[in-house]
Amino acid sequence: MPKLGKVRAQKEKTVTESRELILAFETSCDETSVAVVENGEHILSNFVATQIKSHQRFGGVVPEVASRHHIEEITIGIRKALTEADVTPEELTAVAVTYGPGLVGSLLIGVTAAKTFAFAHHLPLVPVNHMAGHIYAARYVEPLTFPSLGLLVSGGHTQIVLMKAAGEFEIIGDTRDDAAGEAFDKVGRVLGIPYPAGKEIDRLAHEGHDTFNFPRAMIHEANYDFSFSGLKSAFINTVHNADQRGEQLDRADLAASFQASVVDVLVTKVLSALERYQVKQLVLAGGVAANHGLRDALKVKMARFAPQTKLVAAPLALCGDNAAMIGAAAHIAYAKGDRADMSLNADPSLEFPWLTGVEA
Amino acid sequence: MKVLALDTSNQPMSVALLVDQKVIAKKTTATQLDHSVQLMPTITELMADQQWQPEDLDRLVVAQGPGSYTGLRIAVTTAKTLAATLHIQLVGVSSLAVLAGSVQTEGTFVSPIFDARNTQLYAGLYQIKNGQPVLVIADQHTNIPDWTAQLNAAGHPVTLIGELTRYHDALADALNVPATFTEGDANLPDAGVLGKLGMPLKAIDDIDSFVPQYLRLSPAEAQWAAAHPGEDHKNYVEEV
Repeated sequence: MPKLGKVRAQKEKTVTESRELILAFETSCDETSVAVVENGEHILSNFVATQIKSHQRFGGVVPEVASRHHIEEITIGIRKALTEADVTPEELTAVAVTYGPGLVGSLLIGVTAAKTFAFAHHLPLVPVNHMAGHIYAARYVEPLTFPSLGLLVSGGHTQIVLMKAAGEFEIIGDTRDDAAGEAFDKVGRVLGIPYPAGKEIDRLAHEGHDTFNFPRAMIHEANYDFSFSGLKSAFINTVHNADQRGEQLDRADLAASFQASVVDVLVTKVLSALERYQVKQLVLAGGVAANHGLRDALKVKMARFAPQTKLVAAPLALCGDNAAMIGAAAHIAYAKGDRADMSLNADPSLEFPWLTGVEA
Repeated sequence: MKVLALDTSNQPMSVALLVDQKVIAKKTTATQLDHSVQLMPTITELMADQQWQPEDLDRLVVAQGPGSYTGLRIAVTTAKTLAATLHIQLVGVSSLAVLAGSVQTEGTFVSPIFDARNTQLYAGLYQIKNGQPVLVIADQHTNIPDWTAQLNAAGHPVTLIGELTRYHDALADALNVPATFTEGDANLPDAGVLGKLGMPLKAIDDIDSFVPQYLRLSPAEAQWAAAHPGEDHKNYVEEV
């Protein structure tokens, strides 16, 4: 009689069980985050350790520095997330992890820790696209209904995404050069605002007026694509030319003019997409979704020009990178049967597919 | 005692299972496959063959550095995550000591060397005593003129071990002590050796703080430290 040993089949609990508990990992950039999410809708814990202060020394995220911080924080995050949620590994249904896009060295810490944790506790592993996570942060406001459109605005992305059904994402518009958040940080540098500059520019913008009339690139083109590098150059040139003349420009007006250009382009393109795709919701997500100028303008314009579509903006506290949003996206991915095996690797340039026929 | 030993410090990867001092399964690869892709499947396969469950493990021994930054982080993240979540003992061993430990001849002075790129090296000097590598000159980030000067000053005949083809001539020219260069498989890390080196060590108390021994600041940190002498390097990461 051969000895069977203690070999156990990997447990695959069914979603019909009352409590689906997902341990989610997010380490794609400069936040180490681990969360426990129940049934894709309740955040039981959301540990986030941010490295912003470290990278501020360098004026932006330094990948090797980020990776070194992640490995210092990862086991603290796992322990604190489980303790705060009052959940044991045995109670978990699955482990989920962001495997891209992002910085490869940063992603690898989360991917490696998630694989190891899943192996240690015989749990299924659910791979999650970071951008799907951002969209599902809005799930904590209200359930997503389909079809819907997502406006994803962050330091690395500026995209309009069509979601025909839960867990299906197709790009209909993308930036041709800089991401909107990247433009905020570069302009912030010129204004002497430390990275990440979005919040301070947003604040300054509310004290100023759009007096500089910066360009609105591609705003009238018949596509949903963006370009922000021309705006960034126009801004920098304006400031440098004034400097050479010994002139001091009003910082609040500069910020207001820059933000007005970004918001104008984003809102105009979104309204045009909403006209073409009749959807139930517009999901606003990503780090720049925290921008009050953008949130307010979308609310006002959509009420007037797209009243049939509901604006669902990700909660302010979940606009930045966090694992709770990964847990919410993983709930859908788990139900769809998305699984990764132990060979899962980081994919720094992971992208949603383009909607067929829309490719730029 | 059931031990899992893993080394992904450089391009090769080595994983071993030991019961006390006896290696019962081992896999070493020298290909350029991504460690992220191959480490966990290798661990899973070796353990399944032995019908070991993760919770059966008593101790993890990991090559802690120096080496490739990304490579080190794969094995160290795996080791610290397993150790923390299953409450298994964790010990780290110098990646250079692992290479030195493959030399058997008693009394030999061994200098394991890794290529740190841009004509830089990671190196240390060990002597084999009672079959174990004993540290003589600490592991360090160095270069050919500096390291060969230290070996010359030490004055012992030395065996150099590591993937040294690129630096063979430069090292041989600069050394004025008798030098032997190892070849072939001897230059691959052996997780069996690693496991045995880790057996007598005291387990780490604070697993959270366990990180690779990089032996070098990142370029950004080095520049910042030079521009800000005396400033604290800690507490840059905040829980929010």
